[in-house]
Amino acid sequence: MWTLTGRSCWHRRVLLSCATGPARPQLPRFRPAASHGDAAGSWASDRLCSSAGHKEKPDTSRFAVEDIRNFSIIAHVDHGKSTLADRLLELTGTIDKTKNNKQVLDKLQVERERGITVKAQTASLFYNFEGKEYLLNLIDTPGHVDFSYEVSRSLSACQGVLLVVDANEGIQAQTVANFFLAFEAQLSVIPVINKIDLKNADPERVEKQIEKVFDIPSNDCIKISAKLGTNVEHVLQAVIERIPPPKVHRKNPLRALVFDSTFDQYRGVIANVALFDGVVSKGDKIVSAHTQKTYEVNEVGVLNPNEQPTLKLYAGQVGYLIAGMKDVTEAQIGDTLYLHNHPVEPLPGFKSAKPMVFAGMYPIDQSEYNNLKSAIEKLTLNDSSVTVHRDSSLALGAGWRLGFLGLLHMEVFNQRLEQEYNTSVVLTTPTVPYKAVLSSAKLIKEYREKEITIINPAQFPDKSKVAEYLEPLVLGTIITPDEYTGKIMVLCQARRAVQKHLIFIDQNRVMLKYLFPLNEIVVDFYDSLKSLSSGYASFDYEDAGYQTAELVKMDILLNGNIVEELVTIVHKDKAYSVGKTICERLKDSLPRQLFEIAIQAAIGNKIIARETVKAYRKNVLAKCYGGDITRKMKLLKRQTEGKKKLRKIGNIEVPKDAFIKVLKTQSNK
Amino acid sequence: MVLPRARGLVAVARAAQGRRRVDSAEGCPSPEPASRRAALYVHWPYCEKRCSYCNFNKYVARGGVHEAALRHCLVTEASTLLRLSGVRRVESVFFGGGTPSLASPHTVATILEAVAKAAHLPVDAEVTLEANPTSAPGSRLVEFGAAGVNRLSIGLQSLDDAELQLLGRTHSARDGLRTLAAARRLFPGRVSADLMFGLPAQRLGPWLGQLRELLRHCDDHLSLYQLSLERGTALFTRVQRGAVPGPDPELAAAMYAEGRSLLRAAGFRQYEVSSFARHGALSTHNWTYWQCGQYLGVGPGAHGRFVPQASGGHTREARIQTLEPDNWMKEVMLFSHGTRKRIPLGELELLEEVLVMGLRTDVGITHQHWQQFEPQLTLWDVFGASEEVKGLQERGLLVLDHRGLRCSWEGLAVLDSLLLTLLPRLQEVWQQRSPRPEPGG
Repeated sequence: MWTLTGRSCWHRRVLLSCATGPARPQLPRFRPAASHGDAAGSWASDRLCSSAGHKEKPDTSRFAVEDIRNFSIIAHVDHGKSTLADRLLELTGTIDKTKNNKQVLDKLQVERERGITVKAQTASLFYNFEGKEYLLNLIDTPGHVDFSYEVSRSLSACQGVLLVVDANEGIQAQTVANFFLAFEAQLSVIPVINKIDLKNADPERVEKQIEKVFDIPSNDCIKISAKLGTNVEHVLQAVIERIPPPKVHRKNPLRALVFDSTFDQYRGVIANVALFDGVVSKGDKIVSAHTQKTYEVNEVGVLNPNEQPTLKLYAGQVGYLIAGMKDVTEAQIGDTLYLHNHPVEPLPGFKSAKPMVFAGMYPIDQSEYNNLKSAIEKLTLNDSSVTVHRDSSLALGAGWRLGFLGLLHMEVFNQRLEQEYNTSVVLTTPTVPYKAVLSSAKLIKEYREKEITIINPAQFPDKSKVAEYLEPLVLGTIITPDEYTGKIMVLCQARRAVQKHLIFIDQNRVMLKYLFPLNEIVVDFYDSLKSLSSGYASFDYEDAGYQTAELVKMDILLNGNIVEELVTIVHKDKAYSVGKTICERLKDSLPRQLFEIAIQAAIGNKIIARETVKAYRKNVLAKCYGGDITRKMKLLKRQTEGKKKLRKIGNIEVPKDAFIKVLKTQSNK
Repeated sequence: MVLPRARGLVAVARAAQGRRRVDSAEGCPSPEPASRRAALYVHWPYCEKRCSYCNFNKYVARGGVHEAALRHCLVTEASTLLRLSGVRRVESVFFGGGTPSLASPHTVATILEAVAKAAHLPVDAEVTLEANPTSAPGSRLVEFGAAGVNRLSIGLQSLDDAELQLLGRTHSARDGLRTLAAARRLFPGRVSADLMFGLPAQRLGPWLGQLRELLRHCDDHLSLYQLSLERGTALFTRVQRGAVPGPDPELAAAMYAEGRSLLRAAGFRQYEVSSFARHGALSTHNWTYWQCGQYLGVGPGAHGRFVPQASGGHTREARIQTLEPDNWMKEVMLFSHGTRKRIPLGELELLEEVLVMGLRTDVGITHQHWQQFEPQLTLWDVFGASEEVKGLQERGLLVLDHRGLRCSWEGLAVLDSLLLTLLPRLQEVWQQRSPRPEPGG
């Protein structure tokens, strides 16, 4: 859920100085676990180096497969996932116990500000239980459905999960989504009820919800306070007792799954790997099953949570590997790595991340184009789920059309650009990937396929050439106190959603499932849901394929001239309301001129909405005597300078920000 | 030279009758060249009370104004600037403020005498005083007339007592009309009255009613001013707080349109954006501003534009005097003037002012007038070939013909928008012009 602390103000936040990007200076060999200047700024490592400083290069060979556990923590946002991770790191001596351990695994500024996890992180914990030392690999997962792709790839390296639920808020939409991801991956689920120290905590009610919704016996729940550390030890014990060790074989040839990768300016691609079979060490020649390229391994190690080199990685372990890969695309998530001359059957690969939301991104000033270009390139090196296409707009100049996993993903990307690269951008209203099934043989030949995906409204093919249009769907889960159910159902209906499911998860909480057209939720659905439920309803969604839709292309005209940058694809039923809104917004942002301006929304030749900007009737300063001249001339000079920046559509002068106001995502208001 | 200023009522009336009428931009040619002529503005910085809408340079003096010192400084600065400018003939004097009718007639007389001593001040030169109805009872107006004032501009502002109260004025509608009547008796044909429009909550019908009533009482000159809500004024704050509705620009535009039509029907010529005159009673002094003639500004915060010839200057300067009265006085006592800022005006800048100011008038910029400032590029050269200017002409907003460049009736109301096309055009042509021959080369 893109809930997020500080949602309304983060766009305006002053940039902090750690905007140097993912630059990571060469780390010394046999170094302490972390050094200054690490990935997301030195603050991330300050807390870590003190504790890890005394550690030797660990010998991971001493852990038998039976003594290894690989697990994730999954939770709704703000239910305490990162706080629990902090406590686990402390308990296992991975980091020192200090007051400063807050969201240790959330390295990015955006993660800390918003209290979310964007990028999966991994930490190897060493824990002694009943006289035996265990290696527990904690794979932190992103806390939002936009990143369910990241969650699923993290889960594939695990055998179990901790499902954290807030004792006060109970099960939320994302809890459900995350549970089913784990359930489908056939992982052991350990329910953890957190925040039992809160005044309004009601762990018994939450136990019942868990029993009802997930069919997990209530006495399986561990009740903790991650903040105070209460019962956290039990969690570690449960990980050992209830999660099975990985089913792997050290004797077999190497079979390693790439489940994440990051890019380091100095060392190249750092691939996070889970070993299903065999052993890997420095100097090994490995092959990517996907690209068939061969690499020599330069370094292997564990993450605790910073990279700590080890001699070898063994089957069942989770760690990292550096092998001279220069581009994240060389370390595809889901790829299998094996030893040269010892080919193996690749592990079942993952679906590649599929962008759900597209938006134009432009520099605020064209002189910033190259800076922005390099910032986007650097950021996408670490986030292969963002797709980038060059694009240009008459109003906004040269820019890109970027594809994101979801709206939060888009906002986070934008925020990282601002915070880590000190760039400001214009982001256009997000659109979704529509499809068109072509009927014209000529077009099919031209596109070389029958079904095309439309990510830019300007490329929308005419109805005469199309058998049908398709729009993406999502299955949305809403959990709400039942007093808001009525209002929420009205909202969903207005968004063309179809109800699939409704159950009471306890006496006064309802879980609703709706099939939504994706474009109905991308811009402001969540804001509306939150405001009509006083913030109590939660929402999550998953991809649900495509459906036939009556889509139309809507033009916006100014005195009869089409404004290219405002071409919009809409569902026929929504055309009027969308057209009206755009016309109204334009009316508010277009300055008056010497003549009347007709703002029209049109589908084909049919005008469906109209607003009028009246002509100036009077625009002259009443008084202008001797003492007023200097001021008047200054004012006119400023105005003429401003006029040079106007874009002309027909003979209408349009300030750049007029379109920006219309195009911009409204959530930034 | 001591001006034989007439004293007494009869003489005032006589002087008024002998006034010069300005019937067009090209009035009687003056014997002196333009560089030796100027208008003179004198700023009286004090008011009895702050008006709620006014952000001018004015002060409410606590413990009384030290008038003798102020008088002395105004005299000193006027003499200094006249000498510096090399101006030989002062065409008009305007006492503005603040509330200059709060000054004593003696001060006005002393300043005029000093001006007449430093330059030629023709007997019939227009000498205007801004008068506030409460501070200018009839008897005092007689004294001002005796001091040499021959034209009054009365800050009537409204004929509605509630509006006057909103504006923070100290007078009532009746006070205003009474002062107007007294002024007309003393200065027949030489009295102007200001009326404001576009006030918060003001409605079109009642305002037109005020204007009609004013037409029954007024003399030959009226000014219509749209209220502009200025930051830092009490009225602005009240509107911000929502205590008073904000002015409605659409409604103000309607008032302006109806008001100017009404005045036209009543025989008034709208010779400038907010100035209306009949029987040729145009204000010479203000006309000088709009024709970009030279003017000297005397007093705290006063602005001037002239070539300081006595110091060997050839370039016109924009000059601003020190704003705050006490500091200004200190400077005048030390340096004989309180000029705080001198900005030389480039050739293009001066032409821009010619354009901006000239188009405010009904005659606009004649070819002859333009040529005085720019002998090489004609108005045709600058604007004749521009498609955008043609567009404005086709829309009936602007006229460029054998007489010159001017706004149409409709165009005058949207002049500021027209200038956003005309100014860049002037700049463009100016930059592309052939290089000038070096002076003397």
